[in-house]
Order: sequence, then structure tokens, then C-alpha cells
Amino acid sequence: MTLYSGLDKPRSPLYRKFWTGVFLAGVALCVLGIYAATQYVDYTWRWYRVPQYFFYEDVIRVVAEIEGEVVDVAAQGKDALVTVREWDGEGTQDYLVPADDVRVHQGDFVYPGDTLGARSQWKTGLFLSGLWITLKISAIAIVIGMAIGMLTGLARISDNPAFKWTAITYIELVRGSPLLVQLMIWYYVIGTLVNQILTNAALPKVPTFWYGALGLAIFTGAYTAEIVRAGIQSVDLGQMEAARSLGMTYSQAMRKVVMPQAIKRILPALAGQFISLIKDSSLLGVIAIRELTKVTREVVTASLQTYEMWIVCAVLYLVMTFTLSLFVQRLERRAM
Amino acid sequence: MITAKNVHKYFYVPEKIHALNDVSLSVAAGETVVVIGPSGSGKSTFLRCLNRLEYADGGEITIDGMGVLHPDSDINAIRAEAGMVFQQFNLFPHKSVLDNLVMAQVVVRRRGRDEAVAKARGLLAKVGIADKENVYPDQLSGGQKQRVAIARALCMDPKVMLFDEPTSALDPEMVGEVLDVMKDLARAGMTMVVVTHEMGFAREVADRVVFMDQGRVLEVGTPDHFFQNPAHERTRLFLSQIL
Repeated sequence: MTLYSGLDKPRSPLYRKFWTGVFLAGVALCVLGIYAATQYVDYTWRWYRVPQYFFYEDVIRVVAEIEGEVVDVAAQGKDALVTVREWDGEGTQDYLVPADDVRVHQGDFVYPGDTLGARSQWKTGLFLSGLWITLKISAIAIVIGMAIGMLTGLARISDNPAFKWTAITYIELVRGSPLLVQLMIWYYVIGTLVNQILTNAALPKVPTFWYGALGLAIFTGAYTAEIVRAGIQSVDLGQMEAARSLGMTYSQAMRKVVMPQAIKRILPALAGQFISLIKDSSLLGVIAIRELTKVTREVVTASLQTYEMWIVCAVLYLVMTFTLSLFVQRLERRAM
Repeated sequence: MITAKNVHKYFYVPEKIHALNDVSLSVAAGETVVVIGPSGSGKSTFLRCLNRLEYADGGEITIDGMGVLHPDSDINAIRAEAGMVFQQFNLFPHKSVLDNLVMAQVVVRRRGRDEAVAKARGLLAKVGIADKENVYPDQLSGGQKQRVAIARALCMDPKVMLFDEPTSALDPEMVGEVLDVMKDLARAGMTMVVVTHEMGFAREVADRVVFMDQGRVLEVGTPDHFFQNPAHERTRLFLSQIL
């Protein structure tokens, strides 16, 4: 279990209990410390404000569009049909309103914009929409990044100088500059150029979402490439020799013999890379993609409950990354 | 069946070494040639040059009439005709024993899966491990692994077999079972080139013995000639050290 078990004499049971206790006490002390500090600066915790940013009840008003008199309110199952006749003519208009919230009576005179009734509806809040965008953009970036990483990793160990140097240049450029700067270049430089060209050609623009997804994918691809390269190189040279000695081509041997073994070995490193990708997607807010972090900033502005909202944001990221790492652990066990 | 003419090979890392110096050898169909020599003598390098796992720097090599170093020849077709057995087995650890034998048949020989499986089962029975077809390589003993490796090479119906110290990584009690398989193969008329330190095998099975030292072929002869009265002083010294 431990790295060097058996090198020292066995610990007593008390040793385990004591230091586990120390750990738990440490955790409790941190939480209490933060709480005490917030009490000290008079912060009022309002956790009840959190749920509305996941789901909220939206009231949709049904408004009159013409000026006239309500001539009829007829029940229709759960709804009621409100009929309004134009004041200067014979034209009528019907409005469907929930029967339990009709706000006009027969004979009332209404003006355009007057509320005839209201229906309420549950809607998903900002947190959920941010979570969805984060998940969607991360998933897309993972798939594209994986493909880029595989190809670049193979190109990196290729004999062909064009492939090899393209791979090295790409990897060094991407790994040598901050993701934030890369995203800025993708959106403000390349995005502007491409969209300008598309507009001039009377074609639709590429949405910001795709610049973000592509920027992330290309960023991850460089790291994945190095992981893939290391994985391939960790497979014994004899495997390639054995496969080639049977008459397989390089690509057959790579696909059937080397890659399957390499992938199994690099799964933990890949999982780590994809977990950081999910976290790195928090930078996409700067190019106006409303992912989880950007949305949390909006929620903080709206609710004024800074502490709760950022804690919720962190927990949501934790749930995503932890789920992914559990999934990869299972995959690893299956691959054994 | 195999010819090598004036083969040269240099290694430049870590320093320049003339690994093969004007090596020539021809092996007739059905012949078993055993290559012996001290470590670093170039015998493994020579074997690996035969199917171009190392690219010879000069000379001419043919297998079944196909030029190994000829720019127009299809090296994969040549390698398919030259089965190779490695010191470290090099079985594919992610595949079962059966799939180890089936894979190249399907990929290279373009056989149907059923045909390949039948062929694989037949050869597994021949090397005496028919009951292990669904086992993964890491559950086999060294001797079993090497027999699987031999069967894997034989699945391709090769015209020649190259053995690169096939028993050097085995525990002593497992050497016999591998050598028995090789003896059967030699008696069945397979053309074989065997790099080995097993003098008993050389004496019993070889049609000719080749002694190499410092990248050169010093002596070629029948086992009787070779072990009874070697012509070369270096050969005598080598034999006195190991026998």
C-alpha cells in the first residue's frame, strides 16, 4: 500500500489512529477558521440564494396586443380563453391564459401591454447553463485534442523532417505561451481575420464558441502529443521489431502492436491532461463564452453572495473532474 | 536460400565500430547453420542484417532470391518469408497466445480468421502448448513463451527461420524444451540460421558451424571438423574457454 512497505518496522495501530485524527482535526480547523473569519467581518451567509441559480420559476405574462373590451372569458379545461374585441371595429383576438390566474373580467377595457393573466414555468438557471457550456466545450476540445495529440505524437517520432519539425514547432509554440494569450490570439486575431473574410464572402461567421473549443483543443493537443510520444517510446523496441519481422508495415505494427500498449500506459497521464483541460476552460470567459466561471461572476454580481457562489462554482468543477477521474480509473482496471 | 556477400556494417554510437567486416555466407535450402562466437563478435548483428532489422552498409544479401538491400524489393514480403525468434521472445503482451499467432496471418498474409485460427492451433499443438491458447503471455514460463514465439513465426509459412540466441534468456531447465522444438524443425527440413551458445545443439543439429570474431567470419565447417580440430587459433581459444 505504501511505497516503501517492509523497509521499516511495522507501525502500531495507535500510530494510524493518531495521525488520522490529526488530519481530520486539521480539516475541521480550516473550515471553522474560515467561518470564524467571515463572522468577524460580518459576512452573512445566505445559502438559500443558491438554488435559484440552478432552477427558478419564471412568470410569463400574457399581455393584450390591442385596445378594446374583454367580451368573453370562457373556461377551456385548465386554461381560459380570453376574447378581446377591438374598440373601433369588429375584430377580435383570443388569448389562452391559465384558468387559475386570469386577471381580467368580462367587460374590462384593456390597453396594449395590459396583463390578461400569467403562467409560471420552471427554468434552468445560470449555473446549469454555465455547467452545460463547460461540459460541451470540454468534451469537444478533448475529442479534437486527442486526435491532434495522436497525430502530432506520431509525427514527433517520425523520420520525415517536415512532419517532425512541424510537430516540434507546434508543441514548443503552444507549450511556451500562456493559454490566456493563446485564447486572445484565437479570438481577437485569428477570429477577427476569419470572420472578416467570411463576411466579405457573404458567408456566416464562425461563432465564438468554436474559437474557444479550437483554442482549447490545440492547447491540449500539444501536451497530449508529448504524452503519446512518451507512451510510444516506453513500449519495448522489441515489440516493433517482432511485428516488423513478421512482415507488418510500420503503420500496421503501430496500430496493432505498439499503440494499444502505449495507450494503456498513458491513460493516467491523459486523464490528468483532460482534467486540467476542464479547469483551463475557466479562462474562456475572457472571450465572452459563458461557461461556468464567467457565469459565476454574473451570479455574484446579481446575488451579492460572493462566498457562497464561488464555493458552489468550485464544487461544480470538482464534481466534473472527480467523475472523469473515476471513469478513467475504471477504464484502466478494464484495460489491465 | 540465403546468401550474404561481402556484408559490412558500422555502428557510430557510442563510437565508430566496424561491426561486420566483409562477412559472406550462403545457406542452402534445408540447411541448418549455427553461428557462434564471443559476445560482441557481430553474430547477432549479422543475423539482424539478414532480414534488415539492421540495414547493412555494404554488400549483398538475398533471401529466396529476393535482394534484401535492393531498393525495389518489398522488405515486408521478404520478412514474411524469414521468421525470426528473439532472445527476449517479444510476444505481444496485450494479445492472447492465439491472437499472437493469428494477427500477422490476417494482417500480412490476408488469411481469413478461421483459416488463421486453424493454422495457429495446429502449430501450438506442434510446439506442445495446445492448452494455452487463451492465456496471455505474462502467464507463461520462459520456455513456453519461446515456443509460442517459434509458433508465431512458423504461422507465416516462412521459407527460412532466424534464431537470435533463443535460449539465452531462459532458466536452464527450460532450455531443453525449446531446443527440442528447434531440432524437430531442422529435421523437418527447415532452412535455419541459429545464433546460440548451446554447443550441444550445434554439435547435434548443425550442418555447418560458423565462428565469428570481431566482425569477421573466421571459420566455417562441419560440427565434427569444428569441434575436433579447429583450424584457427582464436577458435581453439574460444572453445577451450566455454567447453
